[in-house]
Amino acid sequence: MWGFLTTITSLEFKGGKAFKPEEEHYLCMHWTVKRIFQAVFTVYVVVTLSFALIRLMPGGPMDYLRATLLGPDQTGTVDRERLNRQIELYMNINPDQPLWEQYVQYMSSVFTGDFGQSIWFNRPVAEILLEALPWTVFVMGIALLLTFAINIALGAIMAYKEGSRFDISMTFLSIISTSIPFYVGAILFLLFFSFTWELFPPGSRVNARLDPWTFEWIMSVLHHATLPILSSVLIGLGSGALIMRGNSIQVLGKDYLRVGRLRGLPEGRLALRYVGRNAVLPMYTSLMIAIGNVFGGAVVLEEIFTYPGVGYYLFVAVEARDYMLLMGAFILITVAVVVCLVVADLTYGLIDPRAKGGGYDEHA
Amino acid sequence: MSTPEATSEQDETLESLFEGYTPEEQTLLDKIQTFLYESVYSPFLIMWVDWRTRVGLMILLGFVLMGTVGPRVVERTYVNHGPYTQPWFQSMDHPLGTDRIGHDILSLTVHATPAMLEMVAGGAIFAVVVATLVGTVSGYTGGKIDFVLTTFTDIALNIPGLPLIIVLAAIFEPERAFLVGILLTINAWAGLARAIRSQVLTIRQEAYVEASFTLDMPLSYIVRRDILPNLMPYILMNLMEMARHVIFASVALYFLGILPFTTHNWGIMLNEAYQHQAHTRLDLFYWMAVPIIVIGLISVGLILVAQGMDRVFNPRVRARFDQSKETSTEVDNV
Repeated sequence: MWGFLTTITSLEFKGGKAFKPEEEHYLCMHWTVKRIFQAVFTVYVVVTLSFALIRLMPGGPMDYLRATLLGPDQTGTVDRERLNRQIELYMNINPDQPLWEQYVQYMSSVFTGDFGQSIWFNRPVAEILLEALPWTVFVMGIALLLTFAINIALGAIMAYKEGSRFDISMTFLSIISTSIPFYVGAILFLLFFSFTWELFPPGSRVNARLDPWTFEWIMSVLHHATLPILSSVLIGLGSGALIMRGNSIQVLGKDYLRVGRLRGLPEGRLALRYVGRNAVLPMYTSLMIAIGNVFGGAVVLEEIFTYPGVGYYLFVAVEARDYMLLMGAFILITVAVVVCLVVADLTYGLIDPRAKGGGYDEHA
Repeated sequence: MSTPEATSEQDETLESLFEGYTPEEQTLLDKIQTFLYESVYSPFLIMWVDWRTRVGLMILLGFVLMGTVGPRVVERTYVNHGPYTQPWFQSMDHPLGTDRIGHDILSLTVHATPAMLEMVAGGAIFAVVVATLVGTVSGYTGGKIDFVLTTFTDIALNIPGLPLIIVLAAIFEPERAFLVGILLTINAWAGLARAIRSQVLTIRQEAYVEASFTLDMPLSYIVRRDILPNLMPYILMNLMEMARHVIFASVALYFLGILPFTTHNWGIMLNEAYQHQAHTRLDLFYWMAVPIIVIGLISVGLILVAQGMDRVFNPRVRARFDQSKETSTEVDNV
């Protein structure tokens, strides 16, 4: 094994600069195409994984569904064909077919938007999730933007006042806030804001009695979303601010800033155009990582606040052993995260012209 | 402080340049000694200068004691052990109070520690080992292997972690603390692997690595002796991060009842408090507060140690240490 590896390396080292020839070979595709291909491949892998988990696990989802459909009196009078047809209705898998046909059927139905039937709600999974998705995106989008804005502002101020009491106390607070899991924050919010002071509702996403899209309705939506958004902001607050602080301090030591000062540029312009811009650039990376974290966190938060988004249904599915709903929610969340990451990756080049085709780790 | 094995990186490469590769020369004991000195003792001294590491290590040591000695000192609690829902700091028998069926909360917390530590160790070590393997191999070898490993890493990186863990936990229902730990880091290694890969890409351009290469050193030797020592502090730092990740994720999943209940642990304590509506009543707050504070404390400990390790990783601080070592003065207290 090692010998094999060494041969490859030695070939590359002889080319002078390390691994040039191979790299060119694999990067000959355009960066954008490669990135999109990779995203599609990720989704493909996840869907395949869900098939494997549903179909191949002994005593897993398939057997469970069969037992459920058979009911308590497992006398075996139900004829096999009818049972299998029912399984096909729920799972898009017909157990009578050979495995590869089952796989093709499952994959093609998922990619055409058919996630099967939920046992618990007795509705198509896609219908349930599509109805829930906008709410999750709404809450998480606002939370993400807020987190980003607050982190940048906090980090910049901390860097400017490096070593001051403000900086030290905020650094300390950031460490504390990263030490407390966000769901604990959510529970504390519930305890104080909902149950003790009764400022915000403890669950659901809107007052159901209101007509949609009226002023009261929108206010009610915001009112219900406040606590989930606040706790979601907590997820990324501390660490992001510390990253921004580090970046800003680095930029503050740069020569071009001294030149700017010597030219007598106004401090505001220096702060925004010189320090701000350059310090925020690497933050874009952390924004991308935050997208994944926020979606992951949303799953837990929606359960705590009983806010019926995609994550909430993921939990309902686990509790009810509704495997199709579980897989549907998982696939949907993955697609959402992957799409966000691709968009962020592809737009990074627009913001930072230096990054024409690199991955994001080089700019971290 | 100054041991004969203490040679700086470059001297060592120089030596190996002239001597060639003779693994039989060093006895195993020597090797272990050198390794301990270079990767444990001297980083430890640098870290110890920093107050954050000192506090952090103390906290972690406290938890290790709690997990090893604790269960032997503190009596295992049982139903009707004390009065129901007695708040904390009310009696000496149950200093942290009791839950709804009379369990002593202090005892529950202490007896949960061994399983927690096992889970944390399992998860953190799994993630770090996988990340290091994938990162160094793909960074160093390049080519096809790099392409395959990077694709694999990117996929793991793109799948949102918590939903994946929930799905796997719902289907596999792991019970061994060790396995739960591994499940929780099932794709957490990816980010670290990528970071290590890009560092290896930089390190392999160094003169001493190319020197080893020109001398036809086996790949395993180059990775072990030239590349890994540079990454050690960074890897250790991330070990702390992983440990924190495992704690947070496990408590979240036990708290929400996704992972099957086994022995009591901090997440299950939270879950029981939550099931009994402790989050709606201020007078039951202590019930949730104890596990929360414990989790917060261990997390602070891990963060502080990680930040202290940052100093070891920082070459300027390290250089200052090496200098002061050469002049054989005490490490200056910065």
